[in-house]
Amino acid sequence: MSNNVFLALQNNEEARPLIEAIEQDNAEATVQHFPAMVKIDCPGRLVVKRETVEALIGRDWDPQEIHVNLISLSGNVEEDDDSFALVRDR
Amino acid sequence: MSAKRMNLREKYQRMTRDLAWKPSYQSEDDIFPQAKYEGIIIHDWDKWEDPFRLTVDAYWKYQAEKERKLYAIIEAFAQNNAQLNVTDARYINALKLFLTGVTPLEYAAHRGFAMSGRNFPGAGPQVSSQFQSIDELRHAQTQIHTISHYNKYFNGFHDWRHMHDRVWYLSVPKSFFDDAMSAGPFEFVTAISFSFEYVLTNLLFMPFMSGAAYNDDMATVTFGFSAQSDESRHMTLGLEVIKFMLEQDERNVPIVQKWIDKWFWRGYRLLALVSMMMDYMLPKRVMSWQEAWEMYFEENGGALFEDLARYGIRMPKYWEVSVKEKNRLSHEVWSVFYNYGHAAAIHTWMPDENEMAWLSEKYPETFDKYYRPRFDHWHKHQKKNGRWYNNTLPMLCQTCQIPMAFTEPDDPTQICYRSSDYEGMQYHFCSDGCKDIFDDEPEKFVQAWLPVHQIYQGNCGGASVPEVLEWYHLKHGQDNLEYLDSQDRANWLRWKGLTEKAEAVLQKAANE
Amino acid sequence: MSIEIKTTSIEPLRHTFSNVAARLGVDKPASRYQEATFDLQPTVNFHYRPTWDPDFELFDERRTAIRMQDWYTFRDPRQFYYGTWTITRSRQQEVAERNFGFVEKRNLLDTVSKEGKAKAAEILLPLRHLEYAANLNNCYITAYGSGTAITQATSFNAIDRLGIAQYLSRLGLLLDGNSGQALDQAKQDWMQSGHWQPLRELAETTLVTKDWFELYVAQNVVLDGLLYPLIYERFDAAMAPEAGSTFSMLMEFQNEWYADTTRWVDATIKTAVAESDQNREQIASWTHDWMQRCSAALGPVADRALGENQGAAVLDELRDALAQRLEKKAGLSL
Repeated sequence: MSNNVFLALQNNEEARPLIEAIEQDNAEATVQHFPAMVKIDCPGRLVVKRETVEALIGRDWDPQEIHVNLISLSGNVEEDDDSFALVRDR
Repeated sequence: MSAKRMNLREKYQRMTRDLAWKPSYQSEDDIFPQAKYEGIIIHDWDKWEDPFRLTVDAYWKYQAEKERKLYAIIEAFAQNNAQLNVTDARYINALKLFLTGVTPLEYAAHRGFAMSGRNFPGAGPQVSSQFQSIDELRHAQTQIHTISHYNKYFNGFHDWRHMHDRVWYLSVPKSFFDDAMSAGPFEFVTAISFSFEYVLTNLLFMPFMSGAAYNDDMATVTFGFSAQSDESRHMTLGLEVIKFMLEQDERNVPIVQKWIDKWFWRGYRLLALVSMMMDYMLPKRVMSWQEAWEMYFEENGGALFEDLARYGIRMPKYWEVSVKEKNRLSHEVWSVFYNYGHAAAIHTWMPDENEMAWLSEKYPETFDKYYRPRFDHWHKHQKKNGRWYNNTLPMLCQTCQIPMAFTEPDDPTQICYRSSDYEGMQYHFCSDGCKDIFDDEPEKFVQAWLPVHQIYQGNCGGASVPEVLEWYHLKHGQDNLEYLDSQDRANWLRWKGLTEKAEAVLQKAANE
Repeated sequence: MSIEIKTTSIEPLRHTFSNVAARLGVDKPASRYQEATFDLQPTVNFHYRPTWDPDFELFDERRTAIRMQDWYTFRDPRQFYYGTWTITRSRQQEVAERNFGFVEKRNLLDTVSKEGKAKAAEILLPLRHLEYAANLNNCYITAYGSGTAITQATSFNAIDRLGIAQYLSRLGLLLDGNSGQALDQAKQDWMQSGHWQPLRELAETTLVTKDWFELYVAQNVVLDGLLYPLIYERFDAAMAPEAGSTFSMLMEFQNEWYADTTRWVDATIKTAVAESDQNREQIASWTHDWMQRCSAALGPVADRALGENQGAAVLDELRDALAQRLEKKAGLSL
């Protein structure tokens, strides 16, 4: 069995920079496209960093904004001012 | 005065649990009377880790943004009569199942989480429950508003609330939630937040919403994914509740394991309805039930339970039965609905040749061997003698309330029967999973409002099918029966400009 | 079955759901509020008795002494369902956010005297605990009440109260520079200071009140009906010479919230009272009873807020005003 965590986002304009940020910061992430949805799997840990997203969208970004376009997840959530992360605790 | 910076965690604690106080004029047991009777031992509510840290103002801000977007789409959908863009009118039946079977559960969850939001003694879990409660109301209402437009053009939706409390297959979802809500707050949250939302909900929403997307129903995709964006908060609540109970006292472990076993099986049986929706009701299919079960349960569920192993929690009992059943489940359930299509508020039909080929391909070990011959027979019967319906009422499982049609885990040709005796009566079950649940709480499950028993006891308007249908508020000839001869199909053809074909359908229906 | 096919135009088969049409008539298009409200709560064929209350059904009208033929006679004049509620509140929170930001950016609190700030902290901050009790009470009504027409509005109210408790907390953090000292002091007062104890005792009594409609009267009609004018009008006005409009800005949300909430509370009582003499008498008796208890509990706080020996007179006025409001808006004479 895998120890993947995953994040599913709506496939829309707002989610695109998030996906890009995730790809930048998580070398092992795999991105799959479904109708209206993008599912991103990653072994062990997946992080969305505020700094990376802000650089992509050119404005302040609060990690809580991710909830607007989030569809589903698997893993333990670690949320703070600078990132939103999913982890498997082993 | 220069203000010190407060981190999210500190700030959130000030905004939630710091509001509570230790009462002295009334006893805590009187203020929180349900805190102890389930046997869960909590030493320190302050050890609760907030699963998400959302203050009310941020909640309003983000939720309003979601609502504005969603209602703009609902509005545009209605104005453009976008229901005409879906792949085929058969698809609409998946939505009928959703409104009558799922939407009332969203509402039940709203009330259930209000109960746990009031009854947990810690402010952390109170607040998390309350947010979930209000989210669930959102889901119920956005579903009603989206599907309202479909109700104007298609049959089967019109009295969804009345039907949910009466119609035979809808007692499956209803009893599921009644079971959870009639338990205490800890079991309720284990049942709904953990077992259902965290372990299984991907199997409800992903297939429904991807199915909607594949079949060009953008309104449903939108409410579905918009709802799911709340769901991820709910899942994290489910996981936190479990960990919290397990960490507080090791005596909680066997209780939690028992609940996980029970609610995994309850949830899995409920999802049997989703399996048939995926494999039979979508004109354009996304993935098979088997593929979805592998992807969302076997793989992700497996990783999750490995996470919990260090607390002494194992995979839910009978999970391996669910794996054995994955290439049979949808076919067995669709067969039941085909049998009783005259008493259902959805239309039923036999898959066409292309669809049969898809089923063969997706289920190479089972479909051609066990189900295709049966379907061929029904096809032939329909052509020669008209559509066949089963007029004998089925025996229901005392626990999950699904007609006894599931087969033995190791023999797909034998119906699985189990039974237990309790206070001089015999009770029947579809599986070991359902029997175990009964045996653990027989005094609860003997109370079940079983639709078939109720009909025979004369509580459902009468003993004949027409009387029962009337009592269901199910309009015979409109809401039920074969899709090919339905008013839904006739209207669809007419709206698509195929008037002659539509006439023929109506003519045929009128003659039957 | 016979249907004539004459036209290819796309006419709807029906205007709304059957249960809604049964209330409005089949030809009427229904509003979103109506479709999202009517009959949502199940009333029959429950499967199992609750293990936590086996004498009752899961939802059971007998959980209150109030009797209604139809629990959907109640209407929320604001027509709040989730969407309208959350969009309304998001607009109000934008204003609140701007106000907090403005006060912070312009250092407006520096223009208030030390005594003025201390007074505001002393009176306003312990109320976050009272709002938390109001949150739990409305959550209780949402859990056990009858009919979505009432319970959805109380579920919004519950979250609103948590929001108000959080705005009061932010005010505290603004006053103490995020050290949390002001909030800690306020909690200590709430727990120990003599003048807060009657109110805390009252709050704890509401938390063990079992009849959900009585709880509605105690919390939403009487306690709020006295507390909000006392704090957000009288105390606010008393602070004005000292603090200008600084605190008013930080309490604007509560003021606006109370104005829309009062319309709903009045409508609810009006409907229940109009139903029967039995309801009228029951509600009058609860109102009378809680009026005594609440004004007694608020007395010491009012004295602290408005000056020694001012409290009693003001509370007399507020009680009269509330009684008049209920008579005029809800048809309830005490």
